[in-house]
Amino acid sequence: MASSDLPYRIVRREDFSDVTYLLEFEHPMMARAARPGQFVIVMPDAHGERIPLTIADYDRERGTVTLVIQAVGKTTQAMQRDCRVGRSLHAVVGPMGIPSHIGQPKCVVCVGGGLGVAPVFPQARAYHEQGAKVIGVIGFRNRDLIFWQDKFAGVCDELIVCTDDGSAGLKGRVTDGLQQALQRHPEVDEVVAIGPPVMMKGCAELTRPLGIKTMVSLNPVMVDGTGMCGGCRVKIGDQVRFACVDGPDFDGHQVDFEDLMARLVRFRRAETEALQRFQDSCRLRAPAEAGSAAPLLDDRPAADV
Amino acid sequence: MAAKKKTIRTIPQERTPCAEQDPMVRARNFDEVALGYGLAEAQREADRCLQCADEPCVRGCPVGIDIPGFIRKIAEKHLHGAYDIITDTNLLPSVCGRVCPQENQCEGVCTVGQPDTKLEPVAIGRLERFVGDTAIREGWANAPYIEPTGLKVGIVGAGPAGMACAADMAKAGCQVTVYEAFHEPGGVLKYGIPDFRLPNSIVDAEIRKLEQLGVRFECNTLVGRLFTVEQMLREMGFAAVFVGTGAGYPSFMGIPGESLGGVFSANELLTRCNLMRARDFPNYDTPLQPGRNVAVIGAGNTAMDALRVSLRLGAEKVHCIYRRSRTEAPARAEEIHHAGQEGVQFHWLTSPVEILPDGAGGVRALRCIKMELGEPDASGRRKPAVVAGSEFEFACDSVVFAIGTHANPILGQTSKLALDKRGYIATDDDLRTSMVGVWAGGDIVTGAATVIQAMGAGRRAARSMKAWLGLRDSDSVYGESASGTLFGIPREEHGHALLRLA
Repeated sequence: MASSDLPYRIVRREDFSDVTYLLEFEHPMMARAARPGQFVIVMPDAHGERIPLTIADYDRERGTVTLVIQAVGKTTQAMQRDCRVGRSLHAVVGPMGIPSHIGQPKCVVCVGGGLGVAPVFPQARAYHEQGAKVIGVIGFRNRDLIFWQDKFAGVCDELIVCTDDGSAGLKGRVTDGLQQALQRHPEVDEVVAIGPPVMMKGCAELTRPLGIKTMVSLNPVMVDGTGMCGGCRVKIGDQVRFACVDGPDFDGHQVDFEDLMARLVRFRRAETEALQRFQDSCRLRAPAEAGSAAPLLDDRPAADV
Repeated sequence: MAAKKKTIRTIPQERTPCAEQDPMVRARNFDEVALGYGLAEAQREADRCLQCADEPCVRGCPVGIDIPGFIRKIAEKHLHGAYDIITDTNLLPSVCGRVCPQENQCEGVCTVGQPDTKLEPVAIGRLERFVGDTAIREGWANAPYIEPTGLKVGIVGAGPAGMACAADMAKAGCQVTVYEAFHEPGGVLKYGIPDFRLPNSIVDAEIRKLEQLGVRFECNTLVGRLFTVEQMLREMGFAAVFVGTGAGYPSFMGIPGESLGGVFSANELLTRCNLMRARDFPNYDTPLQPGRNVAVIGAGNTAMDALRVSLRLGAEKVHCIYRRSRTEAPARAEEIHHAGQEGVQFHWLTSPVEILPDGAGGVRALRCIKMELGEPDASGRRKPAVVAGSEFEFACDSVVFAIGTHANPILGQTSKLALDKRGYIATDDDLRTSMVGVWAGGDIVTGAATVIQAMGAGRRAARSMKAWLGLRDSDSVYGESASGTLFGIPREEHGHALLRLA
């Protein structure tokens, strides 16, 4: 593999579950520039699409940036198959978006649900370093899917782990965890919630009557990530904003989540078709591939896509 | 040359036609519409140039190409000579020959085409393209002897403004690095202008010529976020920076239904199709789901591109909705003509009021209202006014907004560059910004304009940059633009050493 001298080389991969995996890649300049709340756009190969992913961690000493990815569509499943240590991504651009505003709250709850657990970590750490009391609420479907509990424990004064089936921690969703945190700590003056839109909406609705500032991180469909295409437009109050350059953090009480959810599925038909074709081709190729090296990232033949 | 003097009546009277793909065929493919001149056609057209003493075409060209000079070389069958003359001032003849609005520039003022002659002007654009394409085919490149100055120049944005500035600074001996946020350089030439007007392979060929001059392109680099303009000057060792990031941030109208699936900005549609190759989905991963019945709002060049791309993506009906009349439409006449030939239906004096949902997240129809033209407004165009009670709707499943852009906010957010009240970067006449050592040009200064205007701005900034850096400039060997003194020393006298304090 000749990719060792290419940029964006993957130096670590960790599989948290069947669908969730971590990629850490080299990019010293990005590791220096990244701030909590920012995202990158990844294009895994030359025929690929550009997908926005929120930065889960960065290490300025090692010069690396970490992403946690859920294999939900064609691109993320192909990355799960192909992204091994030592290989390089075709393109990574970032950090993008306005960094989260880490103010001076005394007590903050950082809520991460599913895919949102990873990107809320840099914010929890930043608040911790700021001297705020940090309560972490992280939720998973079951105990086998839990990751980064120790990482969160290191920066949180209190950590509430929730599982949908009750196999670990609190039985219930992160909104139940948030509810518990808010009841125990009336002094909470800020909430950060990252996860699926329906979860962020639930958190915002919980805090709305209490008047607690609630920031959410939006991750709509994007192409360039520089404000040029307008595909990521979201409704914030009575305004239309672009998540890539005006966000990705917005006031959760102002976000029109219905609109966000509708816009997230606007390419559903094509995405389903692409995923189907990808899975069919994987099944077809499976026997031939056993024992041989997995295909390379950047020089896959066209018929393989 | 002993040839006898040409007159308006001795030159070939008819403009040499340029072969085009048949409208019905080309409306379904992405191959180039205009096929370009061959040598015989180019020479015949070159013969139509009077070589007049006045040379209005040179003044009409934003970068001042010696047009009669290169045309004379074509007539003499000295194509490399023609290429040398063009590349003295313009490094991208294949691009400009295709996308410049020549009818408003060189060809608009051509002596042959003046009203009293009743002739069409010399087809300067087609000739320029012929020379540029010949150079690409033959592998010509003009890499002049460049004396390195050791100065580093950083360019933000690899579009037409940045490419033009990069070429000039590289020729002046600077070590030029161009930063681009996308994964490929070219800017609007790649993501915006479709292949049937300007093939991406031509853009790549022109970029390779810049690389031969020593220009380095660094893609996947979002200046402002990965590092700031201030860092470029203070930490990264750039002596000067040019900002040519383009306008970005497309406008919408604020009418109901704009967030429905199937509603795009023209930028999104074009980027998905052209740069990301969604037209080859699923061989390329980027999805598009093109409409069968598409309405494009606006009648500029971008709107024409969006209309014609939609046809090629398989739309059955494509509508152009514009609130003024054809006379006011900002697109080039040729583009409107081509779009009409291909089957685009124009709805002049029509303005959308609402996008109606189909109940499944998509678009069912567009409700519009008729307009009429009143008195001229500030832009000199007659102002459209609503005709009461004239609302109507027509069925469509995709709506594309091509009504212009706002300023991109990223550099405003991340640097101390002063902006004007619309959010564009403020500059003086020499395109200097409020920050010492930083120039800006192109759409990020003027708002949406043309490729050649952006290239002109890139070159103007380069001229000013060279004077500031104390570099020799072949445009002003006698020191005309380097007038005045710096620290009491006449500019043309001052040394080439750059002092770096602290």
